[in-house]
Amino acid sequence: MTVPKAATAPRETRMRTRPALALTAALALAVLSACGNGGDGTDAGSDPATLTVFAAASLTEAFTEIGDQFEAEHDGVTVEFNFAGSSDLAAQITEGAPADVFASADQKNMDKAVDAGAAEDPQPFALNQLVIAVPEGNPDGVTGLADLAGLTFAACAPEVPCGAAAQTAIDASGTGLVPVTYEADVKSTLQKLTLGEVDAALVFRTDAIAAQDEVDAIEFPESAEAVNTYPITTLADAPEPDLAAKFTEYVLGDDAWAVLETAGFQRP
Amino acid sequence: MPAKRTRSRRRVPAALLVPAAAGLAFLILPLAGLLIRAPWAELPARLAEPAMLDALRLSLVTATMATALSLLFGVPIAWLLARGDFPGRSLLRALVTVPLVLPPVVGGVALLLVFGRSGIIGSWLYERFDVTIPFTTAAVVLAMTFVSMPFLVVSVEGALRGADVRFEEAAATLGAGRWTVFTRVTLPMIAPGVLAGAVLCWARALGEFGATITFAGNFPGRTQTMPLAVYLALQSDLEAAIVLSLILLAVSVIVLASLRERWTSVA
Repeated sequence: MTVPKAATAPRETRMRTRPALALTAALALAVLSACGNGGDGTDAGSDPATLTVFAAASLTEAFTEIGDQFEAEHDGVTVEFNFAGSSDLAAQITEGAPADVFASADQKNMDKAVDAGAAEDPQPFALNQLVIAVPEGNPDGVTGLADLAGLTFAACAPEVPCGAAAQTAIDASGTGLVPVTYEADVKSTLQKLTLGEVDAALVFRTDAIAAQDEVDAIEFPESAEAVNTYPITTLADAPEPDLAAKFTEYVLGDDAWAVLETAGFQRP
Repeated sequence: MPAKRTRSRRRVPAALLVPAAAGLAFLILPLAGLLIRAPWAELPARLAEPAMLDALRLSLVTATMATALSLLFGVPIAWLLARGDFPGRSLLRALVTVPLVLPPVVGGVALLLVFGRSGIIGSWLYERFDVTIPFTTAAVVLAMTFVSMPFLVVSVEGALRGADVRFEEAAATLGAGRWTVFTRVTLPMIAPGVLAGAVLCWARALGEFGATITFAGNFPGRTQTMPLAVYLALQSDLEAAIVLSLILLAVSVIVLASLRERWTSVA
């Protein structure tokens, strides 16, 4: 190490940089270790069992209630939910996210998890059908798909379950209707209606019921061509396999069905 | 004294080097992740897809229009904030940067509440002229301008504050009018700042997603920009989403690099 002529000045700066360096390193370590803990934080060690359920966004209200019921019946059990689009959830599961149960809004995304070896033997537990959501009081007098011809309406994009169903229903009707926007998910499709930007929206019955203060749901026959099946399964790498099986059984049972029925689902 | 300065400059302090290296790795690794997972064999087929080309063209056109609008309105705003002398200037400056902190989706909802069919201004447009802005290409440009103009304003204002006012004063004493001073002295002086701001603005507009999908919706050829196409592809096909992302990335890098080439050769 070469000592410069004016030795004091550099040494001073060096001494000052050291704490800064140490601080940076400490921060980096803290961040990294926090991330590490988050990654495998579901180890069934010290605390009572926690069940992690990955469920489709359209199940948010119903499954939150079912989770509360399940917790009440099983002492010391906490049910944690990750609600998101089924395709996001399927991707997370196939990439190794630690989850016990997967409830998908369609068969296609469940198949992705099954094909990846992350799940097997999924069971259908609910059906969901499209309705035409219109502003409360139905100002345009919509009674079926054909009435949408002169109106602006929103639908989901064909890439997501509600959009695939909408396309099937529109094709079945032979009306050749085209929505003004293909939304990324059912909630934003409904939002375009509640914000008054469209006259109608093709959404699942459950979503229309969840927003029944603001919208009316018009049933239409073509939606029978596009019934969406919700399958549920325990996951192969479940940290809590026994609890996962119990929860899956519970969702398939009568107590959970009562909640699902109120939300607007149909029984398979 | 000068010798010592060059020596200390040559040796990068570890306190800077270590976080810089970590930060660079953090910024570059996700890009590497995209490149590693990219299905290169699919690339030619994707490039030929008309839907993809529509989305790419729409993205480039709308981002450029948003940048033009931002220049048109943002440079005067920056001048006002840097040179203006009026009460409430710092409050105004804070308000201009609101779109920077606002989650873009919230920005989109806010735009709907103003320009939507039942919005404050939108309902008047709808009833009076039968014009609706949401779900149109114009809505895409508006959403992009809303989120990206602050980037331009902030960098142009910075450039204006850094510029030496004595040149402007000299021009004025030599008889130049205010407008002449602005166009002949101020603008050339802050040109690098304006260009940097325009680049930031364009890049932000090109990547815009949240405000666009909320305010303009998603309709192929009309409002479906590349980020929207990527997000929807992600719902069904990860590989396709990666290819689309890389195409957007490559095109934006090529455009920015060639622009830079031109500026430096002009300068």
